[in-house]
Amino acid sequence: MTHAPFPALHLDGLHKRFDKPAVDGLSLSIRQGEFYALLGPNGAGKTTTLRMVAGLLKPDSGRISICGIDALADPIEAKRVMAWVPDEPMIYDKLDPMEYLEFVAGLWAMDTTIAERQARELITMLGLDQQATTRCQGLSKGMRQKVALAGALIHDPKLIILDEPLTGLDAAAARQVKAVLKDRVANGVTVIMTTHILEVAERMAERIGVIANGRLIAEGTLDELRAQSGKTDTNLEDVFLNLVADTERLTSSIAA
Amino acid sequence: MTSTATLAWFARHELTLAWRDWVAMMSGGRTVREHAITIGTLVFVGLLHWLAYAILSPILANGVIEDKATLVLLTAMLLAAFSMILSQSIEQVTRAFYARADLDLILSSPAASQHLFAVRIGAVAFAGTAMTSLLAAPFINMAAYISGGKWLGAYLVIAALSMIATAISVVGAIALFKAFGPKRTRTIAQIIAAVVGAALLIGLQVAAILAYGNLSRFTVLRSEAMIGAAPDPASVAWLPAKALLGEPLSLIALVIFATAILAAAIAYHAGEFANHAVAAASSAENTNKRSSRKTNYKHRTMAQALRAKEWILLRRDPWLASQTLMQVLYLLPPALLLWRDMGPNTQVDVILAPVLVMAFGQLAGGLAWLAISGEDAPELVATAPLNANAVLRAKIEAVLAVIAVCACPFILGLTIISVVSAGMTSLGIVAASCSAIAIQLWFKTAAKRSQFRRRQTASRAATFAEAFSSIFWAAACGFAVAGYVLAAAIFIIFALGTMAIARAISPRG
Repeated sequence: MTHAPFPALHLDGLHKRFDKPAVDGLSLSIRQGEFYALLGPNGAGKTTTLRMVAGLLKPDSGRISICGIDALADPIEAKRVMAWVPDEPMIYDKLDPMEYLEFVAGLWAMDTTIAERQARELITMLGLDQQATTRCQGLSKGMRQKVALAGALIHDPKLIILDEPLTGLDAAAARQVKAVLKDRVANGVTVIMTTHILEVAERMAERIGVIANGRLIAEGTLDELRAQSGKTDTNLEDVFLNLVADTERLTSSIAA
Repeated sequence: MTSTATLAWFARHELTLAWRDWVAMMSGGRTVREHAITIGTLVFVGLLHWLAYAILSPILANGVIEDKATLVLLTAMLLAAFSMILSQSIEQVTRAFYARADLDLILSSPAASQHLFAVRIGAVAFAGTAMTSLLAAPFINMAAYISGGKWLGAYLVIAALSMIATAISVVGAIALFKAFGPKRTRTIAQIIAAVVGAALLIGLQVAAILAYGNLSRFTVLRSEAMIGAAPDPASVAWLPAKALLGEPLSLIALVIFATAILAAAIAYHAGEFANHAVAAASSAENTNKRSSRKTNYKHRTMAQALRAKEWILLRRDPWLASQTLMQVLYLLPPALLLWRDMGPNTQVDVILAPVLVMAFGQLAGGLAWLAISGEDAPELVATAPLNANAVLRAKIEAVLAVIAVCACPFILGLTIISVVSAGMTSLGIVAASCSAIAIQLWFKTAAKRSQFRRRQTASRAATFAEAFSSIFWAAACGFAVAGYVLAAAIFIIFALGTMAIARAISPRG
C-alpha cells in the first residue's frame, strides 16, 4: 500500500486554554485513507481538538496541517477538502434534504450537475428517498443526522471529522452510517471520529487515539493499545478505562 | 422530602432563574465595563427625565382640567399602552405553553402543573408591568415632580392594565387551543399579537388620514366629533383615566377589578395548562410539509446560495413573517396617505419620509437579526470554504434586497410628489437600515431563528440603540425633506452618536 505524500491531518503542539488547559500540547498524525477513532473521557479535549481542526476555534498555539495545507494560514483551502459533522445535526428546518444538499453544494461551489447527482445518490444510499422533499422539521433525530452526514459527503471531502455521529441513532440508521463511512475510507477518504461507543471504535477504526486532560496518552491499533496498557487479551473498554485511570492517578500524584 | 412544588416553591424557582437571566443580560456575561455601562445608563435615564420634564412642564404648569377632552386623550393613551401590553402578553402567555426548556422535566414530575402555570402567568403580568413602567417612568416621575405625588398612582394603573391584558391573553390562548388546536395556535396568536399591538395606533392614523388628510392621531382625538360622541364625564368608561389622574376611588376600583379577573382567569384555566402544553409538545408544526418544487439544482455562486437560503427560510416561516408583520403594518397608513394625496404640490412627503425611514429601519433590524444571529447551522457555514466577510456580505445583501423590494413602491410614489424628497427618503431608509444592520453585527449572538422573539430581551442595549438610531434617522430625514437643514444635521449627529455609543458598549466594541 502506498501512502499519500502528506498526512490527512497533522497536529503539532496544539494548545487551547479556556479556564484551564483544554488541549495541552497535542501532537498527532493521521494518514490519508485511515479510519481513526479519538477516544477520551468527558472533558478530555476531543471536541475542542476537532473544532480547532474544523476552523471553529482558534488554537492558542501549535500547528494544524490538513492534507498538506496549513489550516491556520490558509483556512479556506483547508476547509475545501474537509467536512465537519457535529453531534447535533446542523440543518435548516424549513429546507428539505434535497434543498439542504443544494445549499451545501453552493457553499462548496460545486458543479450543479455533479451536485444533484451526488445528492440523489446520497439520499438513496442513506435511505432518505421517502423524505427527500419533506422539510427537515418533520424528520426524526436519526434522519436529521443522516441529512447532515449527506451534507458532509456531497462535496467529496478528503477528510471527514465526526463528533459522536452515532448518538441517538437506531441500530438500522447506525449501520447505514457506518457502511457509508467504511465505503468512503475504502475509497481513500480519511475519517476521524469521536465516540463513546467503544465497540464501534474497536470494530471500525484502524488506529485509536486516547486523549485525557488535553493530551494524547496512547495511540495505535487495538493490539498496540493493549500492549501499552499492559493488558493483553482484553477488549477496548478495559484497555481504555485502564489507560485513563493510569493517567488520572499520575495527574493526581503530580498535583499532590 | 419536603412539600415541594407548592406555589411559593415554584415562584422562588422562577424568580431565581429570572434574576440570573436578568443579571446575565445586563452584564452580557462580562466582568469588565460594568461601571461604564452603569454610568452610561444613568446618564441616559437622566436625559430621558430631562426630556420628559421639558415636554410635561408646559402642559402641567397650570394643572389639568378634567374635562371630556382630557379624558378622551388620556383614555386613548391608556388604550395605546394597553394594546402594546396586550400584544406582549398574548405572545408570552402562548409561549408558556410551547417553551420546552424545563417544561418536559416539570410535566413529567408529580408536581402540580397548575402551580407552575399560575406562577408563569403571574410573571407575564409582572413583566408587562415592569417593562411599561420602565418606559413610562421618566414621564410619571416628572409629572409627580411638577404636579404632585398623585401621579405616582400611574404605576398602579400600569400594573392593573398589565393584569387585565394577561387575563385576556390567558382566556384567549385557551380559546385558540380549543378552536384551532395546538398546531395552529402559536402562529395565530402571533399574528393576533402583531395586529393588536398596532391596531389602535394605525386605526387612529387611518381615521386621521381619511377625515383630515394627515397622520396625526391627535387630530382625531381632539376633534369635536370624537369629544361630542364620548360618554359623559361621570361614566364608568373613564375609570382608568380618572385613576391615572390620581382619583383614589377610581384607582382602588381599577386595581381590585384587574386583580380579580387575573386571579379568576388563572384559577379557572390553570388545570388545563398541562393538557395544552403536552398537546403543544406533540404537535410539531407542518411536520409533513412537502416541497412542491420539481426543478433541478440551480447554478449559484456561494454568495447566491447564501442569499437564496435566507429568502427561502424567511418565506417559509409564517411565524417569523408574523413577527415582522408589526413593522409592515405601520406602513399601511403611509401607503394610504400616499394613495390618497398622490400628486405634486402636496406636503405629504414631509409626513411620509420619517414614517418610512423609521418603519424600514425597524424592519431591517429584525431581518438582520435573522440573517446574522439567527443562523440554524452556524457550524456548517463556518466550516465552508468561505471568507467570513463574504458570508456576512451575502447575508447583509439578502436583508437589503428585501428592504429594497418593500421600499420601492413607496419611493416610486414619493417620486411623483417630489424627486428630491424621494431621494432623501431613500437615503434615510438606507442609513436607518445600515445602522440597524451594523448594530446587529456588533451585538451578534449565536441563536436559533425560533428565538427571534427573544432578540429584544437578549440585549436591551441593541434594542434601544436600534430604536433610537431609527428615530434619529427618521427625524433627520423628516427635517431634511421639510427644508430644515440645521435640524436635520443635528439629528444626523444624534444618530451617529447613538451608533458610536452602541459600538462602544457592544461586545465587539
